[in-house]
Amino acid sequence: MVETFYEVMRRQGITRRSFLKYCSLTAASLGLGPAFVPKIAHAMETKPRTPVLWLHGLECTCCSESFIRSGHPLAKDAVLSMISLDYDDTIMTAAGHQAEAILDEVMTRYKGNYILAVEGNPPLNQEGMSCIIGGKPFLEQLKHVAKDCKAIISWGSCASWGCVQAAKPNPTQATPVHKVIFDKPIIKVPGCPPIAEVMTGVITYMLTFDRIPELDRQGRPKMFYGQRIHDKCYRRPHFDAGQFAEAWDDEGSRKGYCLYKMGCKGPTTYNACSTVRWNGGVSFPIQSGHGCIGCSEDGFWDKGGFYDRVTGIQQFGVESSADQVGGAVVGVVGAAVVAHAAVSAIKQSRSKQSDSNDKQG
Amino acid sequence: MLSAQDMQEAAAHGRAVKAVYVYEAPVRLWHWVNALAITVLAITGWFIASPLPSQPGEASENFLMGYIRFAHFAAGYVLLIGFLGRVYWAFVGNHHARQLFVLPIFNGTWWKEVLFELRWYLFLERDPKKYVGHNPLAQFSMFTLFLTTVVFMMVTGFALYGEGAQEGSWSHTLFTSWVIPLFGQSQDVHTWHHVGLWVMVLFVLLHIYAAIREDIMSRQSLVSTMLSGWRMFKDDKP
Repeated sequence: MVETFYEVMRRQGITRRSFLKYCSLTAASLGLGPAFVPKIAHAMETKPRTPVLWLHGLECTCCSESFIRSGHPLAKDAVLSMISLDYDDTIMTAAGHQAEAILDEVMTRYKGNYILAVEGNPPLNQEGMSCIIGGKPFLEQLKHVAKDCKAIISWGSCASWGCVQAAKPNPTQATPVHKVIFDKPIIKVPGCPPIAEVMTGVITYMLTFDRIPELDRQGRPKMFYGQRIHDKCYRRPHFDAGQFAEAWDDEGSRKGYCLYKMGCKGPTTYNACSTVRWNGGVSFPIQSGHGCIGCSEDGFWDKGGFYDRVTGIQQFGVESSADQVGGAVVGVVGAAVVAHAAVSAIKQSRSKQSDSNDKQG
Repeated sequence: MLSAQDMQEAAAHGRAVKAVYVYEAPVRLWHWVNALAITVLAITGWFIASPLPSQPGEASENFLMGYIRFAHFAAGYVLLIGFLGRVYWAFVGNHHARQLFVLPIFNGTWWKEVLFELRWYLFLERDPKKYVGHNPLAQFSMFTLFLTTVVFMMVTGFALYGEGAQEGSWSHTLFTSWVIPLFGQSQDVHTWHHVGLWVMVLFVLLHIYAAIREDIMSRQSLVSTMLSGWRMFKDDKP
């Protein structure tokens, strides 16, 4: 018999009162009104828990580290009560063949009904030998489990974009999930790591409404990735005023001025850091005095300096910025124009001379 | 070299071809409004990428970056609306108004004229030819350096503008939604928009130099034509 969320919670000794409290907290953290509380409660009372299989490819586990620190809802609520996290080789008790057997069991029992969460990505070079899970290349496991899933969540920048292991020259050819799986809906939750509450929020949304959240063109949930960090940054007034930190130890830095000139990538990074913040809303990088490095953006690891406003142009193969390239070209052409003007002037005066000679002759 | 149509125009006016009305008022107006907008865009754009030194005092007393960005966006709108008007005029204006938008790349004679002009600029030809509209080389560089650059700058520029205007705004729907994924991410669009500035500076440099040089050295007026609309010829030779 498949248990509902509510049954699981009751079995774990959670009172109905706590359960309803939990529903209203979840509604609040999703930005929903009080009218949605009974809806969430109803969904949790009637819906069977959705099994989630959490695979780990080439990654650093920072997504898992972030996830277990979620405050709203608590990660333990998400894992023990909301979803049925049936496979996660990092935090599960079972190991070896016992663990791998769970994959097949869930895949047959919940065919087409489980969610596949992927942390990290598969390397394609050397026949996938750079990442071996249970004696087989991760790519095989990923394709095998993805075959019958309902949807895929790409946790973090690794699964979404490739991240540092895909940085040039990408020796293992680490490849994001959407470039190897084409026939399933993929929800990208980029970030290195993604914000804990964003991770649990995405899961809660999917379970509550039984559909994937609205995604933007790049496959990210609009509710968390619809705005740039810059748009909601608490230092934005200093940006508009033209007040910038120019060095890490200057007066502007002490006064908490905008870090734009220090290469902050807030203006080009779509994430919820400046609204949801980190560690239960304590802070986020810019609040701690360091610019955003754009870790949730595609290719952030290959976009030149974290501390440059105008970053290098990788397409030219050298680390030179638009200003260096453009300045050099305009300088050379400017010199050519001056030289050309000089020759033109000589020619003009000569032809005038010959014209007047013609007239005299 | 005067085209048959130009000769007809001249004949219709019943006098020797000493002057031809080339640039109609809307084209001239657009040219100068456009030049002004590009100047404002280049300067403010530079200071958006490399802001001025910090302003002293309370943040609430200052709005320098805000004003610079406002000027950039306003000039961007002027550029876009002016450009749309210019495209409209290419349809309803005289045939010179279409020269900017169409390259006769399948016309062998035109390519020969491009080569001739190149030779003229390389001091390999003694005497220049007469042209009513753009000379072919000028037309070529107008299309490749100016038209493509200005379209690129408007598309990437309004894509970046749409990021701030956010989803639901016309600029986000028309540009941001596809330009950002096309380039990969916002920072790339910023970088290439910045490269576009330098291409435009390059164009302005060559454009102004060529216009002044040809005004002096060629056989027709250049600079005053963009003010009065009339192309004056300095001699009666063909």
